[in-house]
Amino acid sequence: MNNKNRKAWLYLLPAVLFLGFFMVYPLIDVFIYSFEEGYNSASQTFYGVGLYNYRYILRDPYFLQAVKNTFILVMITVPISTCLALLISVGLSSIKAVKNLYQTIYFLPYVTNTLAVGLVFMILFKQTPYTDGLANLIINFFGGSSVDFIGGPYWAKMFVLCFYTVWVVMPFKILILTSALASVNQDYYNAAKVDGTSRIRTFTRITLPMISPTIFYLVITGFIGAFKAYSDAVALFGTDLNAAEMNTIVGYVYDMLYGNSGGYPSYASAAAIILFAIVLTITCINLLISRKHVHY
Amino acid sequence: MDKRIDYAKIEKSANAKETTRKAVIYVMLTVWAVMVLFPFYWMLLTSVKSYSAYNSEYIPQFFTLSPTIQNYIDVFTSVPLADYLFNTLVFTVATTAIMLVVTVLAAFAFARLDFRGKNIVFTIFLSLMMIPSELVVITNFVTITNLDLRNTFMGLILPSVTSVFYIYLLRENFAQIPDELYYAAKVDGTSDLKYLLKVLIPICKPTIITITILKVIECWNSYVWPRLITDDAAYFLVSNGIQEIRENGLGRENIPAMMAAVVVISVPLIVLFLIFHKKIMAGVSRGGTKG
Repeated sequence: MNNKNRKAWLYLLPAVLFLGFFMVYPLIDVFIYSFEEGYNSASQTFYGVGLYNYRYILRDPYFLQAVKNTFILVMITVPISTCLALLISVGLSSIKAVKNLYQTIYFLPYVTNTLAVGLVFMILFKQTPYTDGLANLIINFFGGSSVDFIGGPYWAKMFVLCFYTVWVVMPFKILILTSALASVNQDYYNAAKVDGTSRIRTFTRITLPMISPTIFYLVITGFIGAFKAYSDAVALFGTDLNAAEMNTIVGYVYDMLYGNSGGYPSYASAAAIILFAIVLTITCINLLISRKHVHY
Repeated sequence: MDKRIDYAKIEKSANAKETTRKAVIYVMLTVWAVMVLFPFYWMLLTSVKSYSAYNSEYIPQFFTLSPTIQNYIDVFTSVPLADYLFNTLVFTVATTAIMLVVTVLAAFAFARLDFRGKNIVFTIFLSLMMIPSELVVITNFVTITNLDLRNTFMGLILPSVTSVFYIYLLRENFAQIPDELYYAAKVDGTSDLKYLLKVLIPICKPTIITITILKVIECWNSYVWPRLITDDAAYFLVSNGIQEIRENGLGRENIPAMMAAVVVISVPLIVLFLIFHKKIMAGVSRGGTKG
């Protein structure tokens, strides 16, 4: 038995070592960092324990800007992407021709490099001395005047960020919703058809309740993912997000850690823990709401 | 008085309604397909326009009559894109290979072997799945810096190896294999390791291929960790490389060349996707999330 134990642990050893060293230990350490005041990463010393790091970042205008940006991004992109994905998935599951082709096309953004494709969105929206960009061309066509979406007013920048974020998160949502729709028992639909139920009623009374756990799963993962937004913003606005007023909470954490304003793991830890607390709270609220509306 | 119901008319109007409905659906789906594909078309198109042609188009043209490959030559000669690609390849292959060994061994232990504390350890593993990477990245950054592993492949690879979710996925697959196979192998005097290599891995090959592809995609696109841990351009991966090209390389606003770099970076994954799209989509719908 003892021999057996030792052998099993031998198989587990690499995983335990990697996880212990790069996940469990950092997880404990990040809390310790966040309470160490005046930590100096060069000499690895600190002069006190307390809440100073939290107080500091909660007064830092860059952090407040990042929190504001992140909340706007979350509140706009999560509902839009979920509804749009639902609409497209329902459409997709009601056709036969070119269904597989479209399904494959829709999934394409998932496998692409967020940074690289973000540059394409940047040139589509950017206004330069040479060109107003394709997006502005469309706006001009409808009689509007050109806006610089990349270096211009705040809401123009926020629009591009939301637009690109939705584009990036759609593949996952469409895929999950399409497979959920395909797994709904056809008997329900046939019964509804016999009763002469209208399409809208069939959708709200059969389809939606049947896939509500999936929608709920997508809303939760959508919230978590959007709160952690970062590389989309970098792709569009470059690495200096504070200057572009487009920083996100995660971006703030990394800026505090490294880069021009970096070298403060304590502030970074405190910001990361605040982010984690926000995500946890939102997830709990979602869970509470779902109790009423999700049919398992 | 004619009280007969005109069935032909009702059928006709129902058919017309049905056709309109179908048409609306197809239009909507096609619009979204265009939305998805358009950026890819645009980067391809821009990458074959010459620098002067691109900058002289105040109104961007939707096609070009004089494609050039000069931009592709530029990105390989004036910026070290080939080095970035090579670094990414080394990083991806090494990380995926180590991940596979670690994952297969751990999944085997959880699925097949009996040991004290198995349930507790497995529960701890599962709960680690909930930990956001943003929380652990800070200490890892400090650890790697203190170990003097910045700007090395070791520093890039080691913290990227662990994937609790893949261990879980593979364990579920291993556990589906009937016990009889294991006992038969034991009776024949096969060792555990040989059973794993000769029986379990071949049977579970589809799952192993799926997690390999998903990890490759994750590695190819990883940005945050490489950015934190490398500031020497000799160790940049493609994501950091493209950011570097954008901010410092290629001279002022050479957008066609930048798009050529974007195409070069995107092509490997798109090819991989076109070959394995069924496997990738099946794997992701089983619970993968991006990042």
